[in-house]
Amino acid sequence: MSPVVQLLAKRLSISVIVLIGVSMLIFAIARIIPGDPARIALGPNATAEQVVQLRDKLHLDDSIIVQYANFVSDFARGDLGISLYTNRPVTTDIAQFLPATLELVFVAGLFMIGFGIPLGILSARHRGKAADNVVRVLSLLGVSAPSFVWAVILMLLFAFFLPIFPIAGQISDTLTVPPRMTGFLLFDCLLAGDLRAFADAAHHIVLPAFALSLSGIGQAARLTRANMIETYDKPYIEMARSYGFPEQRIARRYAFRPSLIPSLTIIGLDFAAMLGNAFLVEAVYAWPGLSRYGVQVILRKDLNAIVGTVLVISATFLVVNIIVDLLIAFINPRIRYAERSRP
Amino acid sequence: MRRTLSILLSNPLSVIGLLLVGTVVFSAIFADFIAPFPSHRGAVVDFSNFNQPPHWPNIFGTDLVGRDLFSRILYAYRISLMLGVVVLAIAVPIGVTVGLAAGYLGGWVDFVLMRLTDVFLSIPPLVLAMSVMGVLEPTLTNGMLAVTTMWWPWYARLAYNVTRSESQEGYVLAAEIIGASRLHIMFREILPNCVPSIVTKMTLDLGFVILIASSLSFLGLGVQAPTPDLGSMVAEGGNYLPDSWWLTVFPSLAILIAVFGFNLLGDALRQVLGADQ
Repeated sequence: MSPVVQLLAKRLSISVIVLIGVSMLIFAIARIIPGDPARIALGPNATAEQVVQLRDKLHLDDSIIVQYANFVSDFARGDLGISLYTNRPVTTDIAQFLPATLELVFVAGLFMIGFGIPLGILSARHRGKAADNVVRVLSLLGVSAPSFVWAVILMLLFAFFLPIFPIAGQISDTLTVPPRMTGFLLFDCLLAGDLRAFADAAHHIVLPAFALSLSGIGQAARLTRANMIETYDKPYIEMARSYGFPEQRIARRYAFRPSLIPSLTIIGLDFAAMLGNAFLVEAVYAWPGLSRYGVQVILRKDLNAIVGTVLVISATFLVVNIIVDLLIAFINPRIRYAERSRP
Repeated sequence: MRRTLSILLSNPLSVIGLLLVGTVVFSAIFADFIAPFPSHRGAVVDFSNFNQPPHWPNIFGTDLVGRDLFSRILYAYRISLMLGVVVLAIAVPIGVTVGLAAGYLGGWVDFVLMRLTDVFLSIPPLVLAMSVMGVLEPTLTNGMLAVTTMWWPWYARLAYNVTRSESQEGYVLAAEIIGASRLHIMFREILPNCVPSIVTKMTLDLGFVILIASSLSFLGLGVQAPTPDLGSMVAEGGNYLPDSWWLTVFPSLAILIAVFGFNLLGDALRQVLGADQ
């Protein structure tokens, strides 16, 4: 077995264990609710009979172990139950709202890589000089505010005072939205060949995605800088310098490469934070993602929907981290060539 | 200690950090004396003076029911800091004990404890806190509980990593040979070597707890009115942008300043104590 496949197998099996743990944890949290979820769902005007009926339908009177077993067997069939808030299957709700959130997080991830890593390289190359200090303060500022604060500040600056970007929403009301195929709006626009809608949707996503990515940009820049500075002290950099290689090339080919791996790891972790912070940014920009649904189901103690939403978000996070690990395995020659060097 | 302080004071960024943290802590402790309208921390209504832009004596303006924003921000600092201290006081001992045990004892203890930690770490922090908050009543105590459940795993990871590398050191072997108990080795030998990393992380985290707590209340899942809270102030004012900009801008800046201060200070400590993770 190649080392990469071995790694994948190991990571997948650990992820499955972790996901089972997450399901138990969130199931336990959701069932210690004070108050009767059936009563809350039906409202104060429901009769006692209706409440009993709903409790029966939701199997709330079974022991928690029986409830969990039922949940697992339903889950295996791709059934997460009915949401009490929307009266639809939780899977339908999540399929409707998740793509918009993922699209936002994905674009924010691109910003994080596209701005964070170059800023970190710049900072490390000019260590101790003005450029370094500016990048360090900016990246620290980026990490120092919750994304809703950045969302509000950016909206105020670039949608109200300087009206460069739209204030809210995913696409202008005046445009006809292309037919929903993947649920990812930017992608759907391209599939429908509607470039005007694509440009409009892209225009809408810039501010929220940037607000979401700011703390990630700061973290990626700080980490890239720290790792590169460590690498700059290594003898092989001095060697490259003594050969007279241009600084640009030394930075790109020799100093940056080893620090790419820890940067990728932190990007994987930040993805989790962004999945959560997307809730905050979506609330500010009225983004039609999981946020409003998530907050509403929590406030209404909609058990099935809470468990489903948290489980899907955690699974997304685990998948992203496996992808990051595989990327690292491909980049890292120590893992890539492990097989060949074996006797 | 004196050396640490003099290094800290030689770096302008650390001095700014110290000043910001000092201001925040000072205004939280002495809010009763600094706030021009101490009674406005509660459910006071003054409709003759509502939603006013900054002017004297309301230097940050007034909110939708006429309360002085500046006074409310000072009291919000007090509650945020208290929350941060309590959360860390509970989360750090739990996390560090778990990490020490898993790292030193190894074997199945390691496997079980660290997988448990992984479970908590693979739910996005805010989502975990939201779910805990969602099933409980939104009070200050429950807010602390929700944030604590998401915070201890990070200290478990940190202590675990340090313990794993320290376990290989000669002094641990020496203690084992003279027959020291496992508890002694964990808490008296290894723990002191984790302290620099832990202190650094705690400084940074005081800022981040404020950040997460304000995020929760921004979503309506945190401290409830009339208790002053920076997150709910921003959420409330967000509906009145851009005309009543002061309702969101000042509480937003208040969060930024506090967290930035703790970050600068934590960063400086990391360099001084050499506690790179």
